[in-house]
Amino acid sequence: MRIILRIFLVPFLLWSLVSRAEDMIKIGVILSMTGGTAAFGEVTWTGMRIGRSIRPNVLGKEVELILVDDKSDKIESANAAQRLIQKEKVIGILGDVASSNSLAIAPIAEENHIPHISPASTNPIVTLNRKYVFRACFIDPFQGEVMAKFAYNDLGAKKAAVLMDIGQDYSVGLSNAFQKTFTKLGGKVISRVNYLSGDQDFTAQLTAIKETNPDVIAIPGYYTEIALIAKQARELGIKTTLISGDGAEAPELTEIGGKAVEGLYYTTHFDEKAISTPLGKKYVEIFRKKYNHAPDALGALGADAYLIMLDAIERAGSTDPEKIRDEIEKTKDFQGVTGVIFIDSNHNAVKNVVIRQVKGKESVYVSSVNP
Amino acid sequence: MVVKRERDRESSSGLQPRIERARDGTPTILVLFRTCKFVLIGGLVIAMKRENLVKITATFLSLLALLGFLKWTNSYASPYIVQILNLTAIYIILSTSYNLVNGVTGQFSLGPNAFMAIGAYASALLTMTPAEKEITFIIEPIISPLDKIALTFLPSLLIAGVVTALFAFLISFPVFRVRGDYLAIVTLGFGEIVRVFATNATSITNGSLGLKGIKQLTSLWWSWSWAIFTVFCLVGLVQSSYGRAMKAIREDETAAQAMGINTFRYKMLAFVISAFFQGIGGGLLAHLLTTIDPKLFTFLFTFNLLIIIVAGGLGSMTGSVIGAVIFAWGFEFLRWFEEPHQIGGVFIPEIPGMRMVIFSLLLILIMLFFRRGITGRWEFSWDWVFNKLGKKIRVTN
Amino acid sequence: MEVFFQQLINGVSLGSLYALIAIGYTMVYGVLRLINFAHGDIMMVSTYIAFFSLTGFSLFGFIVPQMPWYVSFPISIVLTGVLGFLMERFAYRPLRNAPRISVLMTAIGVSFFLENLGLVVFGGRPKGFPTPGLFAEIFYVKDVALSSLSLWIPLITLIFLGATFFLVYRTKSGIAMRAISRDIETPQLMGIDVNRIISLTFIVGSSLAAVGGILLAMRYPQINPLMGIMPGIKAFTAAVLGGIGNVVGAALGGLTLGLIEIFFVALFPDFAGYRDAIAFIILIFILLFRPNGIMGEKLPD
Repeated sequence: MRIILRIFLVPFLLWSLVSRAEDMIKIGVILSMTGGTAAFGEVTWTGMRIGRSIRPNVLGKEVELILVDDKSDKIESANAAQRLIQKEKVIGILGDVASSNSLAIAPIAEENHIPHISPASTNPIVTLNRKYVFRACFIDPFQGEVMAKFAYNDLGAKKAAVLMDIGQDYSVGLSNAFQKTFTKLGGKVISRVNYLSGDQDFTAQLTAIKETNPDVIAIPGYYTEIALIAKQARELGIKTTLISGDGAEAPELTEIGGKAVEGLYYTTHFDEKAISTPLGKKYVEIFRKKYNHAPDALGALGADAYLIMLDAIERAGSTDPEKIRDEIEKTKDFQGVTGVIFIDSNHNAVKNVVIRQVKGKESVYVSSVNP
Repeated sequence: MVVKRERDRESSSGLQPRIERARDGTPTILVLFRTCKFVLIGGLVIAMKRENLVKITATFLSLLALLGFLKWTNSYASPYIVQILNLTAIYIILSTSYNLVNGVTGQFSLGPNAFMAIGAYASALLTMTPAEKEITFIIEPIISPLDKIALTFLPSLLIAGVVTALFAFLISFPVFRVRGDYLAIVTLGFGEIVRVFATNATSITNGSLGLKGIKQLTSLWWSWSWAIFTVFCLVGLVQSSYGRAMKAIREDETAAQAMGINTFRYKMLAFVISAFFQGIGGGLLAHLLTTIDPKLFTFLFTFNLLIIIVAGGLGSMTGSVIGAVIFAWGFEFLRWFEEPHQIGGVFIPEIPGMRMVIFSLLLILIMLFFRRGITGRWEFSWDWVFNKLGKKIRVTN
Repeated sequence: MEVFFQQLINGVSLGSLYALIAIGYTMVYGVLRLINFAHGDIMMVSTYIAFFSLTGFSLFGFIVPQMPWYVSFPISIVLTGVLGFLMERFAYRPLRNAPRISVLMTAIGVSFFLENLGLVVFGGRPKGFPTPGLFAEIFYVKDVALSSLSLWIPLITLIFLGATFFLVYRTKSGIAMRAISRDIETPQLMGIDVNRIISLTFIVGSSLAAVGGILLAMRYPQINPLMGIMPGIKAFTAAVLGGIGNVVGAALGGLTLGLIEIFFVALFPDFAGYRDAIAFIILIFILLFRPNGIMGEKLPD
């Protein structure tokens, strides 16, 4: 046992030797760089680094971002948070995208009194009743509300069908919020059917929906299933407008869906056409120069999470995690990358939702809705 | 086939006196109780003998050493090490109890992920306070009476174990109507059914959202006490007449039946006892991770346990324990393969997922070339230790 | 009424896919009494081979150009057959005289190996499968929408079923196969090269899995390394449903399972989430009450 322990301690010791200069401000980043949601982690990290290049210093010191890969895994996320707090002595944590991983990080940040900002976890439970946990994005109920309002007001839909992925808490939350608002506005959800992520055949559900002849079909799931559903819907002769949430935003949507997803609307966090702030303009400029394509929402949220943290450190005038936490909570009218951000009493970012539509292989800006 | 002949001899000599006992038609619960009684009284009787006193002292001392080590890690080691030690203990519980069915009784079950899921959900639902449940269950409120119950850790674990055992009891009727690979596929089916149910029965399991904010009650003391308890119980069981009957079923079911063993009864007993401990293991895991959802209990978990017991040596409890320890730590060491490296100026980028490739390759290779595993069917005993020590002393003299 | 026909067509096309995969399962089981867990993963590999030969790729500087479907699909079918052969040769043959459970465990190992190797090599993100135009047309009969693929699938299944039937019942190798499925030792004494016949079974079974996989990938144009698990398990259920070891039974079982699944979701849309459990519940009931399946002969113990 001892030998095993010693072998184990060696990398840790080496790690601490390599540990960088002390006069830097250390912020920990936990993202899924590998594993199932690796794509999310990658783009968020890109955004965070651009955020850092925009604002590399605070309180006269340089900021150091320490990235730990959680391999898209809950247990790993918890381990990573422990390591960042115990070994690296970070004063704040940014991450992860997937709500389930953020939920594993949150209790550890809470226990150690370290402020934690998740860039894009939209599940309400992440910050619920937690003192040290925040997010840089809106929550599912708000997104669902906007989806419903857009369907009812802008698309003129009166009858909606909802296809819910009961294997994803994200989809369940979004569907419920959509249905609630849509009914409140005077619309009617005439059919609501389930599927399970990983399913490939949706013809039975879609045939049932086709029979009820809705004006709009809401699919608040992830891109793989949305694409397959769209494809099978078109094959069954369903020409109804489709609408979904930010889970649709991925290049695979058009790769798998092809022509079937043409015209699909989805809500998301960011579009370069909807930028209102100087930080946003700067972000897009740097992003364009570096990658030569349109910036994505997750990267912008990553930059925002970083910038909110830095803004709070500056206002706190100290690196004391307690004081930083207090200042994050007071964030108001922050001119972030994705828009004007206000942190509410539940630690959610309140800001506008962007609606986009699939056109060809790209998505185009439709409108944005203010909270 | 050589092994088989050996075992036949054992079963013909050791088993016969017990046949009457097995056939008398007592309910399974009583049999369970009797097993415990047998172990306890047997233990006491054995303790009276003088040479056994040495062994018991040795056991006691080594347990004390383990506790000392745990106490040391609990206060000085990093949370990371503590976490892995906890996982080690849970793997020991899960693999030894899985081994009882697969290794000792020779029934190839693929359902431990179902048992763990039931145990984890049952215990978590019992320790969460009504207020916590109200916050967690946002799709549908939790059904009564679960919404009012809040228990402490030990009773909730025990109930979780009993509920899991009950489930195993119920499904054992269909499961043991088939044999061999059909049994494997039926238990795999029950595993999937439980997972699908956990995803859909929103008012009990909170569906795909899973349970979040479970209190972190599992500590080194809890996990290791249960691990030690499990190992002692199972070793006691395997060494009893019940264990011999189970082994007889493994070697030749038809012959065992012909000898008057109620094979169904013993298979069910092994299944139920194994499920009890797997339920407890699941409960400990839930209170270690603090969040569970249906996706955690996929077939992958069963696969990991399968590797542990096969690598350790099917049928050997010692092997399962060694396998569990190696697996829990090896899984961490193998991370090396998933990290980027700079070897002699050549940059090798990280390869996520490499660990599982290595593990599955390992399973194939063990099955092809090393089917005995680390220990074969060898079991640890103090006699063996003293023999070895004795030899050494003689050599040095 | 239109809804009924629509669902019927949905069910038949899903069921035909299960049937194609189930035939491979049942053939291997018939000969070796082995539940080849890796069958679904073999199918997964076939879709990736088809994908890469359809889209073209470059590896270590070699550029493999895009190929039309009538070239790339046969390539995939042949290569998958070779993979099946290799799997049998290196993972299962050394265990010919080992207990059946050991072989089953090895099969589980092979299955996990293929899945995880797939994750490492191809990555976990799904890829969009480019369906050739011929299979992607949509036309209407009254209100019932038909994609050309939902006609192609049953047709292709029938063709391959016929071919397999011919192989098993009308050729010498087929007779040998059936002899081995009765008793593996006697045919050996009678001068049949058992290993050759078993290899042939694996090659044919895997090639059929490739056909099924390609059709599956065109029907649900999304492929990922874990896509083989569920269809694999369901195809096995279908094989048991039809009476394992029986080629026609497997096809019938596949069709039945596909129809049951579709109509279950159609009739109880609220319970659509339980769909994956249906296959297992059927499986358990069949094993309990009619272990020989719809068309099965008596199972040897």
